[in-house]
Parts: sequence; C-alpha cells; structure tokens
Amino acid sequence: MEVLSLLGDGMILSLQPLNLMMILIGVTVGLFIGAMPGLGSVNGVAILLPVTFLVPPGSAIIFLAAIYYGAMYGGAVSSITLGIPGASTAVATTFDGRPLAKKGRASLALVTAALASFVGGTIANVLFTLFAPLLASVALSFGPPEVFALMLLAFATFVGLGGDDIPKTVFSICLGLVLGAVGFDQISGAPRLVLFDYNGFLQGIGFLVLAIGVYGIGEMLWTIDQTRGDVTATTPKMTVKGMASDTKEAAKKGWKGTMIGSFLGFFVGILPAAGATPGSLMSYGVAKMVSRKPDEFGKGSVDGVAAPEAANNSASTGSMLPMLTLGIPGSPTTAILLGGMVIWGLVPGPRLFVDEQEFVWGLIGSFYISNVAALLINLAFIPVFIWMLRMPFTILAPMIFVLSIVGGFAATRDMFDIWLMVGFGLGAFFLRKFDYPLAPAVLAIVLGPIAEPTLRQSLLLSSGDPSIFFTRPVAGPITIVALILIFLPAIKMLRRMRNKSKKPA
Amino acid sequence: MKLTKRSLLGLVGASFLATTPMQALAQDWQPTKPIDFVIMAGAGGGADQIARFIQAVAEQQDLTNRPLVPNNKGGGSGAEALIHVSTASDPDHTILVTLNSFFTTPLRQENLGIDIQTFTPVAMMGVDPFVLWVHKDSGITTFEEYISKVQEMDGEYVMGGTGAGQEDSIVIAYLSGAYDLDIKYIPYDGGGAVAKDLAGQQIMATVNNPAEAKGFYEAGDFVPLLAFSDERMPAYPDVPTLKEKGHDFSYYNQRAVVGAPGMSDEAAAYYQDLFTTIYESEEWQGYLTSESLSPLWMNADEQRDYWALQVENHMELLAALGE
Repeated sequence: MEVLSLLGDGMILSLQPLNLMMILIGVTVGLFIGAMPGLGSVNGVAILLPVTFLVPPGSAIIFLAAIYYGAMYGGAVSSITLGIPGASTAVATTFDGRPLAKKGRASLALVTAALASFVGGTIANVLFTLFAPLLASVALSFGPPEVFALMLLAFATFVGLGGDDIPKTVFSICLGLVLGAVGFDQISGAPRLVLFDYNGFLQGIGFLVLAIGVYGIGEMLWTIDQTRGDVTATTPKMTVKGMASDTKEAAKKGWKGTMIGSFLGFFVGILPAAGATPGSLMSYGVAKMVSRKPDEFGKGSVDGVAAPEAANNSASTGSMLPMLTLGIPGSPTTAILLGGMVIWGLVPGPRLFVDEQEFVWGLIGSFYISNVAALLINLAFIPVFIWMLRMPFTILAPMIFVLSIVGGFAATRDMFDIWLMVGFGLGAFFLRKFDYPLAPAVLAIVLGPIAEPTLRQSLLLSSGDPSIFFTRPVAGPITIVALILIFLPAIKMLRRMRNKSKKPA
Repeated sequence: MKLTKRSLLGLVGASFLATTPMQALAQDWQPTKPIDFVIMAGAGGGADQIARFIQAVAEQQDLTNRPLVPNNKGGGSGAEALIHVSTASDPDHTILVTLNSFFTTPLRQENLGIDIQTFTPVAMMGVDPFVLWVHKDSGITTFEEYISKVQEMDGEYVMGGTGAGQEDSIVIAYLSGAYDLDIKYIPYDGGGAVAKDLAGQQIMATVNNPAEAKGFYEAGDFVPLLAFSDERMPAYPDVPTLKEKGHDFSYYNQRAVVGAPGMSDEAAAYYQDLFTTIYESEEWQGYLTSESLSPLWMNADEQRDYWALQVENHMELLAALGE
C-alpha cells in the first residue's frame, strides 16, 4: 500500500538524530508545560515558536507537535495530583482523577491517564494515516446545523445521565450557559452581560479562569471544610510492582472509557469549530452514560479518567487534520502551528499533501514516535509526581492556591481574572455545599459559545425554521438521538410516578 | 592566547555586541518587557496570519530585545481589542494590528467612547484587496452568471462573512445595492471559518481576502469571479474588477500597526523604526507579493490623514447600509 510506504518513510525521517532529539525535548518540555496549571499547549507552542527558526521547517513542526502531544499527557498530572486542571483539555480529568488521588490511588490514576493517552493517540494516528482525505470531507460536511446538533448531543449526555438530581443539573447547565454568553455577541457584534460595566467582562469569561476557580480554589476550600484542617495526608507508595499491578487494573477497568474517548475525541477534534476541550468533556459524558457503574463517576472511576485523557490526545491529532488538509486550524494551538507553517514558506491547504509530501509524512510519522516517547517519559516521571502528593496538606494547600493564582493570571495577564477566579472558587464551594453538580456548568461554558452561534447561523440559513435540524441528512439523526437522551429521564420519572400512584390503589 | 573563563566571557560579550543591530544601539528608548501585540481579530484569519508573520520576522532577525507576544482580541468586531489598547496600563508596550474595523467599530458603537485619532500611528504595512469567490461545483464561472443566479434564487442565495458592518459585509451591501440583489448573509467569527464553510458548500459565495482563500483556489475548489481592487490583480489577471463593470467602487482592508493612545514619542519612534525595518525586509516584501497585498507606505502624519479620510468614507458607506 502506498500510504504505508509513505508512512514508513515518514517514520524513518522522524527517527533521524535531529528530529528524534526534537521529539524528546519537545515531549519533555510539553509534559511540564502541560502540568503547570494555566499553561497549556497553546502557551508552550507560542513561546517556543521562535526557537524553531534554528532548525529546518520539518524538524520545527515536529518539535512543536511534540510539545502539543507532551502537554496533553502533562495536563492530567496536575488535574490528578493537585486537583487543578493543568490545561483546559484536562478539566474533565479532574472529575475522577482527583477523587482517585484522594483515595490514595494517585498512581492508578496517573498510569490510567498515561495509557489512555497512548491508546487514544495511537488510534487517532492510525485513523489519520488511513483516512485523512475522507475525514477532511466529513469535517467539511459539518455546517452550522450539524455542529449545533452535536453540541445538543453533548448536553444531552450530561442531562440524560440519570442518577444525579436532574433539576440541579439543569440549573448548573443554565448557569454555565449564562456565564458563557458574557462578552460580545458574535452575530450582532454588540456587547452583552457586561456586569457592572467592568471592561474585564468584555472579553468574556475565560474557561480556564472558571475551571481553575472551581476545581483549584473551590476544591481546596472544600477539603479544608470537610476535614476541619485535620487532613491525613495519603502516603501513596510507588514501586515497580505497584505500577505493574496498576497497569493491569487500568487496562481492565479503563478500556471502555479509553475506546470511547479515542474515537469520539478524534471525531470532535477534526471539526474546526470544536477541538480537544469539548472532545474530552463529551467523551466523559458518553463514558458515564454507557457505563454499567455510572454512580462511580465523580467518585473515582477509572473509566472517568481514561475517557477524557484518551479523548484529548486523540483530538489533538484530529485537529491537525483540518489544519493540514484544509489550512484551517482545529484548535488554538494548531492556529499557531499554522502561523509557523506560513512563515516557513509552506502553504497549508488542500495542496499540502501533494506538494509537500515529505513534510506531511515526516510530521505524521513523528506523531507515532512522539506518542511512544511521551508514554515512556511520562511513566518515568510518575514517581516524581507521586512524591509531590506526600507533602502534608498544610504545605500543599498554599501551593495549590499560589499555582491557581498564577494559572489564572497566565492566560490573559489580567488582574481582573484573578478576582473573578477567587469569586468562582467561593461560589463553587457554596454550590457544592448545596449538592449542585459543577461539571455540567463547566461543560456549558465550553459548549455554549459553540452552540449559540451555530444555532443562530442555522436559523438564519433556514429563515427561522427549526426543521433544518431534522431534515439535513447528518444533523437529523444526531438531533433526534440528542432529544431522546434529554427526555429519557423525564419519561422514566413519569413512569415511576405512574407506577407509584397505581400501587396504593 | 590562554583561554580563561574571564576571557571566554569577554569573547562571548564581544560577539554579542557585534551581532546587535547598529540601529538598536543608536536608539534611546528600548522596550523593557514583552510587547503586548494585540490583534483585533480571531486566530487563523487574515489579520492573525499577518501578525504572526511579523512576529516571526522580528524573532528570526532578532529585531527586538523583548518579544512581541500576539494577543487575539477579536470580540465585537474588534471592540474588545480597541478597549484593551485604549485602556492599556503601559501604552509604551502595547501595539495593535488593525483592519478596517479600526474605523467602522467606533462608528457603529459610539458608546464605546473610542476616538481613533488618540491612537499613535506606527506603520501602514499594506492594503489587502477583496475578491468574490464561489465553489467550483456551483458551475458559476463569471460575475454575470453569479448575478443572474442570485436574482433567480430570490432571497435564498446564502453568503457567509465575518459579521454585520465588517469589511466583507460592506462590499456585499454595495453589490446588493448596485445590482438589486437579495442575499442571505450568515455571520462567522473569522475569515478562516468562512472559507471552510464555502469549501464545504454550507454557503454559496464569499467576499474574502486572497490570503484566506488561496489554498482552496490553488486546489481548484474556489473560483474567483470579481476583484474589488482599482486595477486587475497581478496574481489573478483574468479576474475583472468591479470598476470595469462600470461601478466606481473599490475596497481594501488596511493592514496597519498602531500604538496605544498616550504612547511616548520615544517609544513611537522605536516602533516606527522597527516596522520600517520589517516592511523593507525581503520576507515582508515576499509576503506582499505572494498574498496579493498592495503596498501603501506612508509616514505618521499621512497615516493620521488617511484615518480621517477612511472614517469619512466609512461613515458614508455605513449610512448607505442603514447602520
């Protein structure tokens, strides 16, 4: 097969000493940038872009892609060990990674994250290699109505889960949607919900600001409140034997989440409107929905760590696809990569695969190598990350606080966001006291700003006729499935009520 | 010579001095921290591409002692960026990459309280013409066919763009007025997203800068029908202009860099020198050619006059739009 020989050439190219060195350095740097709260692949790639002028373009993009990859692995580290999302793509990893760590199973969570990332990355690479042109046309067939239908499905997975308190879940989603609507309206260009006329609200509420506030600061307050300061530090041990048994357990309990994350993440990743963050959140929702033990989610489910981690790696490969085949960035990070390519004299777009074969296949080959390198380097560092957890909470808590502040500031370099973040932390703490689930709000603030403009664009297309979501061949089935999922719990509840009213009679 | 640690340090120092551009030595003012390089558009569009290209040239040739840090603030047709820059706490380290929303957004949203004449002129890097594109599968190959198709569809012809009052919508509005067209206009958050949805035929036509459509044009997916430039464009010699069709209308997007209001004269001089160097670089001149931009170099005073003229022009255009 021609593709395989091209891929083989690409791999050989990426194993050349210079390129291999770029991969190893890039993955390691990415791992640590990803692990730093607030700094994600976007910052890493942006900061290191200038460095790449020292090497040829092929090696430069390999370096940047390796950072991207490493950061996806690294994001899980602080999500699990500190409970602060290391990057927006790793927010969903805190949902179950942090509870696992609190139970003293941090090593299991970290091993699961590493393995899921590896599998997700590998599946995505294979899909990319074999079906790139086909998948590009799939991405193009997703217009506004299709993207909106997909967002509806994502919300449905969070509402239709059952088990949770549905009115509170809906409230949480609405809260997230309102916060997501702050700033400028894309359709009319007018500012809205600029609370108290603070200019800081004009740029909208940064997703990371909310996530770090809720999970970093809110979680810390919660821990202090729950334990009244008497925190018994878990002393996780780390041995080779322990890691081997963790690997087995991760494979056994997390394979389902990994598979869901790998495929769903990749698919969401190739849509330019979406990207890795929605991909990982959606995968978490779907993994919970199809799980036989949905009650475990949020309390330390292995699947709950595996799904978002597989998804964010898979999506990061996926978002390279529209960049390379269409010249359109699938994520903020690929937007910067794209900028790099223009500077190196490459024209991204449909001609790239034909005109720059060596460059494209060298890059794809490097994905495979980077993935293996990232897995090994990550596993090697796990004992170091675990060691951090052995610090007493009295030392860890101020550290989390400082890292949260730094992380909140890093994204926009605006003091306003820090106050906002502290506010979100307090708000989250009280909501949690009243048993409101917070994950749906986080999901809504990510998906709302994608769903709203696509909804309005669709209705403009159809002159206000909502049937556009049902009559289009791709949007139709997705919308119907989403609606069934949304109303499933309501139907179940009605049935239960009817049964109850029958019994006493 | 015996190599000691001290003499090695001296050597390193000397070679460092030797490679520092002479121009930098001659100057009084130098940035003391990273420069906030604000872009009044989202990632991936024309303005963003240009900003990142400029940043790269500056890095590659080591033109600044502190880095230019790109900062996308595209919200509200650039209103977010205008507010951010006009309220910048450190105007000497805040510069803005502009497009025509620099003129239109303050006109359309007077409540923002932005007076663009308070901004500091830095450099006019070029002007970007607009072209009307359709997908090759539409079968339309000439502007006349396009006009009759739009008229035939009677209000159902869908075009995408970057939003009401944005550059492309002004062009589309002029076209609609001149040929009595009824077009359904869908706003997107950037030129990149618009190009993608034309490639996927979610929309039927766009008015885009050549840079945003070039990849698809070269692959044969997009067909250019009409240029809104004064003369035919060298890269598209077969594409007629609207002027040839008998309408005295041309429209360009400015690709200019401006400084924050209240920037010191020394800092302004520094940035003007910096961007002159970038403008004259082989890389930028190559970019102008490959992306079909037209040069329109002017000094600081000429830029201010140009702003005043553009504000006047856009006031008329927007009034004609009913904005």
